[in-house]
Amino acid sequence: MCTYATVQTALDGSAKGPGGSWFHVTDGTIYFDHPVHAMAEHTLNIDFADPTKGPSARVALELTAASARSLIAAIETALDSAPAELTD
Amino acid sequence: MSESLSAATAFFVGHGGDEIEAYLARPAGEGSRGGVVVIHHMPGYDRSTKEIVRRFAELGYDAVCPNLYWREAPGAAPDDAAATARANGGVPDERLIGDVAGAAGYLRSLPTSNGKVGVIGYCSGGRQSVLAACNLDLDAAVDCYGAFVTGTPPEGFPLKVTNLVDQLTNLRCPLLGLFGKEDSHPSPEQVAELDEILTADHKPHEFHSYDDAGHAFFAVDRPAYRVAAANDGWERITTFYSEHLGG
Repeated sequence: MCTYATVQTALDGSAKGPGGSWFHVTDGTIYFDHPVHAMAEHTLNIDFADPTKGPSARVALELTAASARSLIAAIETALDSAPAELTD
Repeated sequence: MSESLSAATAFFVGHGGDEIEAYLARPAGEGSRGGVVVIHHMPGYDRSTKEIVRRFAELGYDAVCPNLYWREAPGAAPDDAAATARANGGVPDERLIGDVAGAAGYLRSLPTSNGKVGVIGYCSGGRQSVLAACNLDLDAAVDCYGAFVTGTPPEGFPLKVTNLVDQLTNLRCPLLGLFGKEDSHPSPEQVAELDEILTADHKPHEFHSYDDAGHAFFAVDRPAYRVAAANDGWERITTFYSEHLGG
């Protein structure tokens, strides 16, 4: 199905995007829906984007549900492993 | 009939007087023929959708697919345009109706037109095909596994999609529905509900639900592709359009 569900969050960071150029990431769009490329019927998709730079200023990820959950856990482990004063 | 055809980018006026991009495919030769508006799926105005447009030209129709994301992302790659449109909340129903109206008018303005225009949509476009057929003067509509024609979207959907139950009484043309029995959106129960509503309202319709097929079984570039269902579905579409768009 098309889930239509879309979650958005403001982000502050950078991503390496089209043409190998880095750009400032301001927006994250997260949704569980059909992928463009991944060989799965549905994936957890994340767009890291800067809408002010146009539609192509985007790094796209399509992850299976299991690998998305694995990524969440890995991010939390990495953050927890750093001194708290650095990650507050 | 010649097997030659041509395909090109075209522009016409859609909702709100906006000029939008479209992909047009036409059989070679003059003659008189029907037209087909292809509504692309949520991933956008992509290569596989354009292949479908060319297939309708090969079947003998003038076919056009409006780029529903042209306003948000003119000239962008289809996947980037789809991401931008999604982040902006999707395509409003009113705008979809206006863009399909523009596409149908464009097809009817072609010198080869016999005045008849059908619409077809896949996935989210399946719902939009029914939406267009409830609001515009079209001659035949095909809904390929559109979710939320019936059924209720979960609360909190950021994209403002509603079901079409209160509009079905306005359906103005015959509807062909093609569904997978393993699909959950639309589920077999939702397809049955749609069938019951249209039957009670004496709306001409023909539904086929396929075993061993879920959502998106026509999509040749996705794991959901099911060759038997897709082949039979294309046969049904060919017969349906021949009956309602020919002459």
